[in-house]
Amino acid sequence: MLEIKNLKASVDGKDILKGLNISIKPGELHAIMGPNGSGKSTLANVLSGKEGYKISGELKYEGKNLQEIPIEERAQKGIFLAFQYPTEIPGVNTSNFLRTSLNKIRKAKGKKELDALSFIRIIKEKSNELGMDEKMLSRQLNVGFSGGEKKKNEILQMKILEPNLIILDETDSGLDIDALKIVAEGVNSSRSDKKSFLVITHYQRLLNFINPDFVHILSNGKIIKSGSMKLAEDLEKTGYKGIK
Amino acid sequence: MKNQNINYNQDYKYGFTTEIENIKAPKGLSEKTIKFISKIKKEPKWMLDWRLKAFNRLKVSKEPDWQKPKFPKIDYQNLYYYSAPKSMKDKPKSLDEVDPKLIETYNKLGIPLNEQKKLSGIAVDAVFDSVSVATTFKDELTKKGIIFCPISEAIQKHPDLVKKYLGSVIPISDHYFATLNSAVFTDGSFVYIPPNTKCPMELSTYFRINASETGQFERTLIIADKGSYVSYLEGCTAPMRDENQLHAANVELIALDDAEIKYSTVQNWYPGDKNGVGGIYNFVTKRGACRGKNSKISWTQVETGSAITWKYPSCILQGDNSVGEFYSIAITNNHQKADTGTKMIHLGKNTKSKIISKGISAGKADNTYRGLVDIGRKALNSRNYTQCDSLLMGNKCGAHTVPYIKNKNSSSTIEHEATTSKINEEQLFYCNQRGLNQEEAVSLIVNGFCKDVLQQLPMEFAVEAQKLVGISLEGSVG
Repeated sequence: MLEIKNLKASVDGKDILKGLNISIKPGELHAIMGPNGSGKSTLANVLSGKEGYKISGELKYEGKNLQEIPIEERAQKGIFLAFQYPTEIPGVNTSNFLRTSLNKIRKAKGKKELDALSFIRIIKEKSNELGMDEKMLSRQLNVGFSGGEKKKNEILQMKILEPNLIILDETDSGLDIDALKIVAEGVNSSRSDKKSFLVITHYQRLLNFINPDFVHILSNGKIIKSGSMKLAEDLEKTGYKGIK
Repeated sequence: MKNQNINYNQDYKYGFTTEIENIKAPKGLSEKTIKFISKIKKEPKWMLDWRLKAFNRLKVSKEPDWQKPKFPKIDYQNLYYYSAPKSMKDKPKSLDEVDPKLIETYNKLGIPLNEQKKLSGIAVDAVFDSVSVATTFKDELTKKGIIFCPISEAIQKHPDLVKKYLGSVIPISDHYFATLNSAVFTDGSFVYIPPNTKCPMELSTYFRINASETGQFERTLIIADKGSYVSYLEGCTAPMRDENQLHAANVELIALDDAEIKYSTVQNWYPGDKNGVGGIYNFVTKRGACRGKNSKISWTQVETGSAITWKYPSCILQGDNSVGEFYSIAITNNHQKADTGTKMIHLGKNTKSKIISKGISAGKADNTYRGLVDIGRKALNSRNYTQCDSLLMGNKCGAHTVPYIKNKNSSSTIEHEATTSKINEEQLFYCNQRGLNQEEAVSLIVNGFCKDVLQQLPMEFAVEAQKLVGISLEGSVG
């Protein structure tokens, strides 16, 4: 599904990713852990197509060179980024935004656009699963949402848009244990042999609930170690300094 | 509006010209021109005298020059003040007699005039250059005692009402362009709602400039008698031309006791090209008088067109407990300039006013909000709330807020809030990541920014206005 070879990325002449390799197959869940400033969010941004980076190396998604595909088309082709800091868009209704987004993606896939009623049915069902207050859906997008509400809203979008490659950028940070479990449950119930996950996190605690197939340690722009869940457990004990 | 099927990815989709034979007044501004207009409109003598009085005043009047957007000197002698399709000379009695080319023009603009196809729930007065081509739903409105007709017709058929109210809100001597309009105005709409009548449909006027080297001087007069209600909407478009064309309108509203007038504008005059060549000079005077107690006037404007927009739809709150509202979206892109806002003049007791202004500036455009809140000595317990938000796109455009605030009594309160922000890259990225392209993202964010104003528009037009907001900013980011 995703093939990254020798990926380098820099911003304003500052090198951030310095030759990163990773390969994700359909159905797999990969976790990337790393200290602050190691390049985790840059990786998420580069994959989703955010502008402002100078990029070299190979970046292939479903066999296609991602660098030639603009952000919105990547999204339409199934790349989803759950943002670390979901932005507020005043005056834009949360539910309407999600329907606009879903219909853009459906249209790109050659599917029929959903009418308002069918959409409401879906969004109600999915938001209930996440224990979200329905009132939130009629509020302005992310405006005045608590940290937990913002993250749940990201997971709600992930569930409704049905992407293939899901990147969670520190979705667990700032969540209390109940919210963390809900997010994890959202991920677990979305897993299938066609969907792949790239979970970026600082801590082991989310991984305890979602059982990654692979854990990678990102440090100074490179993956310095890969392994199983055990690697995350070791990391929790020794800290990044203990990993070599 | 409804029944439209148009490709929205065009720069200015109303830029076509209708090839039609015209009757024009002699070129230039003179007594001869004014007499020509008055004669061709078959006006009574009092009307001609009124025009000539304005013309005499004009001779000693000067163009105001305090506005932010400056413009090259207008050669008033090089303009036509009247241009009308030849076929309109002998007033067609029914739509069947109207030149099919004119009907086709309005079809192209999305305003079908035929009985079968006309917009449901909206009565339309269609003004083409200097004449009204047709007015729909006239008979149905007449049954309720509502008068909705071209002002030239009202001058002939309802002289008492016109004499009583014309110029009573915007005096002949008000300022240069208002005076000019009073001397040479050609057509526009006249509305009278009788006491205790709620107008059963939206009334609207569609202004179309077609002829070149011609100014359009519309005059609209709306009177809501005691306890009545009317919602009125105007739309405007013009062909794409390299010359700047002048549109100097006067609009007067009068609300008597317990009456309410809601006046909405979707202004989409040709804005000029990307380099600032051509476009309409939209120098308009709009003023409403809440003359009766408990009366209310709301202005809602969506200003997306014109090379220069210069207007301040205002409310004079004379009646006790009267309410004035001003909701505005002004979008300027490329080289467009806008200096717009409102005046709220509080004279009666317990009067309230509310101003919500959203200015959006992109490209090399310049956008100014200018507003006056004046609470008089006797306007006890009055209140004003003003909110002015500006949104900038890119770093070559400008936004300015110029509030003038006068409170002459201690029992009244005035609140003013203003914000300026730039369109946020994170917001754009977020929308892109959810599958929206750049233009869709800008449209969504800007529509969100304008929501408080858009929701004031009548339903039928809100959708159209939302699309227009998006189109006006195409190509402004990225």
